[in-house]
Amino acid sequence: MRCAMPDTHFYKYDDYDRTLVSQRVDQFRDQVRRRLAGELTEEQFKPLRLHNGLYLQLHAYMLRIAIPYGTLSSRQLRKLADISRRYDRGYGHFTTRQNLQLNWIKLEDAPDALAALAEVDMHAMQTSGNCIRNVTADHYAGAAIDEIEDPRIWAEIVRQWSTLHPEFTFLPRKFKIAITGSPNDRAAVRVHDIGLRLWRNEQGEIGFEVIVGGGLGRTPMIGKTLREFLPKDELLAYLESTLRVYNRYGRRDNLYKARIKILVHEVGVETMREEVEAEYAANRDGALKLPAGTIEAVARQFAPPDLPPRPATSGLVEAQRLSDPDFALWLKSNVAPHRVPGYAIVTASLKPAGAPPGDASAAQMEGVADIAEAYSQAELRVSHEQNLIFPHVAVEDLPRVYRELAVLGFAEANVGKITDIIACPGLDYCALANARSIPVAQRISNHFASLARQHDIGDLKIKISGCINACGHHHVGHIGILGVDKNGVELYQISLGGDVDFGRTAIGTILGPAVTADKVVETVDAIVATYLDAREDGERFVETYRRIGPQPFKENVYGSL
Amino acid sequence: MALYSEAGLPASYVALPFADWKARPEWPAVSLANTDPVEDLAPHVGRLRLIVLDFPRFSDGRAYSQARLLRGRLGYRGELRATGGVLQDQIAFMLRCGFDSFESEQPGFGEALARARTLFSVVYQPAEDDQVPASLRRLEQANAAAS
Repeated sequence: MRCAMPDTHFYKYDDYDRTLVSQRVDQFRDQVRRRLAGELTEEQFKPLRLHNGLYLQLHAYMLRIAIPYGTLSSRQLRKLADISRRYDRGYGHFTTRQNLQLNWIKLEDAPDALAALAEVDMHAMQTSGNCIRNVTADHYAGAAIDEIEDPRIWAEIVRQWSTLHPEFTFLPRKFKIAITGSPNDRAAVRVHDIGLRLWRNEQGEIGFEVIVGGGLGRTPMIGKTLREFLPKDELLAYLESTLRVYNRYGRRDNLYKARIKILVHEVGVETMREEVEAEYAANRDGALKLPAGTIEAVARQFAPPDLPPRPATSGLVEAQRLSDPDFALWLKSNVAPHRVPGYAIVTASLKPAGAPPGDASAAQMEGVADIAEAYSQAELRVSHEQNLIFPHVAVEDLPRVYRELAVLGFAEANVGKITDIIACPGLDYCALANARSIPVAQRISNHFASLARQHDIGDLKIKISGCINACGHHHVGHIGILGVDKNGVELYQISLGGDVDFGRTAIGTILGPAVTADKVVETVDAIVATYLDAREDGERFVETYRRIGPQPFKENVYGSL
Repeated sequence: MALYSEAGLPASYVALPFADWKARPEWPAVSLANTDPVEDLAPHVGRLRLIVLDFPRFSDGRAYSQARLLRGRLGYRGELRATGGVLQDQIAFMLRCGFDSFESEQPGFGEALARARTLFSVVYQPAEDDQVPASLRRLEQANAAAS
């Protein structure tokens, strides 16, 4: 049943937000004009364009659009489709940072594209450059059954504080913050510069565990707890204190040692804590303390939608579950429980067999927007696993949503499975990459296309990066694949046992010598076969790996090559 | 290198490098590297008339923190000058951190300085200038509407 578009249930811009974003577009338009007129050198222009989301890639400029905390209205998604058609080649790429990248933007068009974004209360500020980046959050936020508090309230407060922050726009290096409001961390808070985890202490108060110095890249590190429990209203005072310590003392002599994780590693987390706490002692109870009225006003905007009562079970769903095995698998892997009975959270897989992970054409974006309007309160989420999520779908509507997603090619029942691959853009687009990522992902995806086989293999996360910068998060893949360049040949280094789940976060271990591109599929196949032989009842891949260690995998892989 | 300030050129002092100034802390002007500890100036801020902070490259942002500490934490009220990699696209940030004079080689810097405070009429965070963050303006409006 199609109905009128409801109001959104997340932060709505007011005149202040709109004024700031439009003044920022005007400023950038002038900067682009000066660059094109030769008044600015490329060196001077570079940080200015980066702070507005504009990268120079291998073939063209790339615009990285912020989707704060991954939350999007159908109207905004339609606009993104429109922008991708007007200023790009009619498709976009959803990233692991809950952003959308357009890969073929012209410099002279960039200000107009940003102005078009501003029409739907969006921007591309601080999606690159050495500043505080787009704040990410749990993609099930506001719908998750295990949620203590909606992390997006805090992500929005951090978004505003960090936007055009005068002190922190020229940091030693980029700075990524992620927030989770659930004990089951879906935001990977232990591998961010700062991870924030909302939890309830013994007194029943909700506050933040502040985790610092996690990250992937060439020196992967698991974040350490800087503060066990931070009162919520002191969040900005504590973040400002931490960022100030980092801005003053973070290394600037070596690009590769400039992230906060290196500072924490070199001085030790105890010294880091002393420095931050000293700064915090001077900042707390000051101008950054959040008034209750401010928190309440932001929280009100994230009030959950008033979902009409719908039956918790549906005869139609049950009938189709029995008659249609693909639908039955889809219910298992792509549908998660909702906090309101009668509703579910549905993940649209942007990983159909053989397709580049995370890509969507303008027509697909519009199709997703249609589905969101018809069945999910006109709201969507982008996950760091590069999928799109319908947060509020009535159980009764699941067969219709499945059918409409299938038309778009987004109904693959593979969420969390071996073909739900995370991959960076790689050498097909990226100036930093050593090797291609997307074709490798496509080959694995084609090889394991059988849904029955994927579900037999079970939860298995493959993550692929085209270089050591690790945008594909290969370190925390159950199977991680890293593209390297050896004397002009693209080789792939395989690691096993990485994990991003809270409490079990781990960096994978390199299995052995890197393999050539044509051997990647065989290698993954041998790894999977080893697991299937060794697994005990109900054991997931990563659990078997932890139990039996790398040796059996090594023997199978390198014995067979 | 030309010197600019919003209020016209201030009275000139010769700023001593921090190491030299420490030997004569009664001198009213000091020039800091961006690794020098501004906290050491605490007992002297009432007497100082000029503090010069350095941007070795425009992309090295340590002096923004030094400036905020001098203004906000130590209560320094004299002239605060930015030198080194000082470009017109940083003026708005520098003003918000408390700088009030600038040495720059960039053509057009003076005109940009004259416009800098008109670029953004909305800010999202408190800093060392008079701008009231959007969150507080919203709160004041809500309180006014309620009373």
